[in-house]
Amino acid sequence: MITMKVNGREQTWDGDPSLPLLWYLRDEVGLTGTKFGCGSALCGACTVHVDGEAARSCITPMDVVDGRSITTIEGLDANGDHPVQKAWREVSVPQCGYCQAGQIMQAASLLRTNPHPTSDEIREAMSGNICRCGCYQRIEAAVRLAATGT
Amino acid sequence: MHQIMQTQIEPASIENVSRRGMLRALGLTAGLVLAMPLLPRRGMAAYSTGAGKMPHGTVNDPRVFVSIAPDGVVTIIAHRSEMGTGSRTGLPMVVADEMEADWSRVRVRQAPGDEVKYGNQDTDGSRSTRHYLVPMRQIGAAARMMLEAAAAKRWNVAVTEVKATNHEVVHGPTGRKLGYGDLATDAASQTVVPAAELQLKDPKDFRYIGKGKISIVDLHDITTGRAMYGSDTRLPGLKYAVIARPPVVGGKLVSFDASDALAVSGVERVTEVQGWPWPAKFQPLGGVAVIARNTGAAIKGRDALKIVWDDGANAQYDSIAYRAELEEASRKPGKVVRDTGDIEAGLKASAKVVVGEYYLPHLAHVSMEPPVATANVSGDKAEIWAPVQSPGGTRDDVAKTLGIPVENVTVNVTLLGGGFGRKSKCDFVLEAALLSRAIGAPVKVQWTREDDLHHDFLHTVSAERIEAGLDQSGKVIAWRHRSVAPSIFSTFKAGVTNQSKGELGMGFIDVPFDIANIRCENPEAVAMTRIGWFRSVSNIPRAFAIQSMVGEIAHATGRDQKDVLLDMIGPARIVDLGPEAKDYWNYGEPLDSYPIDAGRLRRVVELVAQKSEWGRPMPKGHGIGIAVHRSFVSYVATVVEVAIDAQGKLTVPRVDTAIDCGTFVNPERIESQVQGAAVMGLALAKYGEVTFKNGRVVQSNFDDFPLVRIDEAPLVTNVYIVPPGPDTPPSGVGEPGLPPFAPALCNAIFMATGKRIRHLPLGDQLEKT
Repeated sequence: MITMKVNGREQTWDGDPSLPLLWYLRDEVGLTGTKFGCGSALCGACTVHVDGEAARSCITPMDVVDGRSITTIEGLDANGDHPVQKAWREVSVPQCGYCQAGQIMQAASLLRTNPHPTSDEIREAMSGNICRCGCYQRIEAAVRLAATGT
Repeated sequence: MHQIMQTQIEPASIENVSRRGMLRALGLTAGLVLAMPLLPRRGMAAYSTGAGKMPHGTVNDPRVFVSIAPDGVVTIIAHRSEMGTGSRTGLPMVVADEMEADWSRVRVRQAPGDEVKYGNQDTDGSRSTRHYLVPMRQIGAAARMMLEAAAAKRWNVAVTEVKATNHEVVHGPTGRKLGYGDLATDAASQTVVPAAELQLKDPKDFRYIGKGKISIVDLHDITTGRAMYGSDTRLPGLKYAVIARPPVVGGKLVSFDASDALAVSGVERVTEVQGWPWPAKFQPLGGVAVIARNTGAAIKGRDALKIVWDDGANAQYDSIAYRAELEEASRKPGKVVRDTGDIEAGLKASAKVVVGEYYLPHLAHVSMEPPVATANVSGDKAEIWAPVQSPGGTRDDVAKTLGIPVENVTVNVTLLGGGFGRKSKCDFVLEAALLSRAIGAPVKVQWTREDDLHHDFLHTVSAERIEAGLDQSGKVIAWRHRSVAPSIFSTFKAGVTNQSKGELGMGFIDVPFDIANIRCENPEAVAMTRIGWFRSVSNIPRAFAIQSMVGEIAHATGRDQKDVLLDMIGPARIVDLGPEAKDYWNYGEPLDSYPIDAGRLRRVVELVAQKSEWGRPMPKGHGIGIAVHRSFVSYVATVVEVAIDAQGKLTVPRVDTAIDCGTFVNPERIESQVQGAAVMGLALAKYGEVTFKNGRVVQSNFDDFPLVRIDEAPLVTNVYIVPPGPDTPPSGVGEPGLPPFAPALCNAIFMATGKRIRHLPLGDQLEKT
């Protein structure tokens, strides 16, 4: 039996321990904010926080998260008012929006460890997250806004 | 308030309207619906569009699109699919503006697929604003006038004394006011406003249209993970499925062994899915489905299947070898599709002939949300939840595939996690419908990224060959262009080897140059996979070839690219294609309201040249290039600056793009579409290539089909919108930004390095050895 916390709530899983966390969250728990994009940690759409660190849930097996604490986009802030979420809205980042949960989780993780990243650091930290619509100019602006308020 | 929209012409900042939980609050309220019979489907417009020729045309009945609840909340229907262009916000915004509704009290509700009720819902071809600006204005105006009439009646005053203003009707002489909620019931019983009496707002009084101050309606839900995409549907008893499909188009299942798959934890069932012989439009490829309690188990189960396929005739498809065939075909005459002047005489009289051969490979759509659909089929009824661009067509195809009446099919349209043309083809929905019927339970069919790349309806491959004859002065006097590419129509019908009217009309026979002798030829090409439309379609190879050729002519004559481009466009005029005009598609639009306007083409070139400081000194290793292209009846010119280091590594410090899309609704979304087009354009130029070996797609995921990431994306894309003239009809936005990017980039590469790029992707072409 695998036990973990998801957005602060105790959860258990007694199925396949190799099941990727992504599908547990989406199909078993019903937290669909975390998205499937590639299944191989190539696009970042599935990014969640495991003990506060950004992780690609599509390649993270359930047995790895045993005893750990997972935060998804739904749990990033109770009111959706994390500084990164607010900046995202202020800048009107999304086009289709599908990759944005992963982008926001990645950005939140970056700012936790590096509250004042340079432009290059933003681009490097966000380079694992693909946006097919091409919102990158605004993603960079939103991360900078969340970090600096400007 | 943060100023994100930097687009010039409308330098407004974004007002962030919080729309939390809006989607969830939508379900139709108990409010009354304004009663009004159908208005004429045309009229009111100073221009005509091709909307009436689309299946089911347009509907402008406010009863269909607007309802007002007693608390004053106005619900407006969005009947087009939202895949990132912003139409789900833009069209309701038009209704709200015309009816003087306060946007903060407007809710948007997505329509299911029902074209008889809502009009055409086929969200592609950059048509939503173009075809629906006028109907949406008519709907809003009708609602406003009925609210005014209801208030006048209540107060027993002349309707000329009352005026609807921002969600209430005011009686001028006394200052009395009534809110829209108070008036909903009375408005519903008002006599009908005759179509001829509909009064549209003076554009100077618009609150929302053209301002760029409204955020997209789904913004809050997107940033909190609550926006519902196709993949997010959940139903009681839902099963999760993935399908193993024949790896070669036209192949079929011979046999399979499911014993290992069934042993995987969470796998519940394995079953065959019906396939159709190729070509079969959007019918499923068939294969073997693994059904499980979650998607992860289904994928693992599929990996354990043992399957024998019969590959069929397309197993011979080798796209690298096929390239040579296409290029060879481009060197020989083909079907003449435009013949202006005398090409042979023109070439003979030329002092110099510049020849360019260009090749572009297959491209995959790879929207971030791979195809996915949920179906619940029970008896002769089917309910679908899916991210489809064509909900009406999907509904028809589900009914036909299941053999049930179309009235028994409900297609609920979710948000689309990207579309780009892929989600116009509903094969993935049909799979879910067939599977749900087969297992007697609701089922979600999820495509993996590998499925998406292996079974796409791909952008075609094409060889473009241009011979440009120049006279002694360097003026172009002859232009022979051959375009060879498998047609999209090969997906609908066997034996198609020439391009369709639509494809020929995408920047090929409609080349807008002022050249006396022009011939366009289309040699035959056979399709060996499923060809489909990809954002901007055939405009990609045509703009690449033609605008690269302009760069080559500039080099051959030692002149400036921009000057040569303007000379080739010639004086401001309406371009006459000659006798071929009768076959010219013009994106389905009448030529009288949407002519090929060389003046507008010139203007975007001149605007982008001025704004980009064309001719500015370039640091060592930098280059600047320009390209212009008319597509989806819009005009777009792009200037790209590149920097190439000693190892041949390419970066794009700056992009400037001018767009003339006529009358526009939301400049903020125009800016985002154009910025996105630069990223997609760079991705296709740098990396975009799907290849075939033994009939199978070679690439599988983002490691071997890479996309541009943030660390290589253009740092700055400046967008300039040409202000519309009075009554300039709206034209496309979603697609037209893409075609000029790659040729502008390659013209810049030539300036920086002296290397002319004639085939994409760039791959290692810039690497120094």
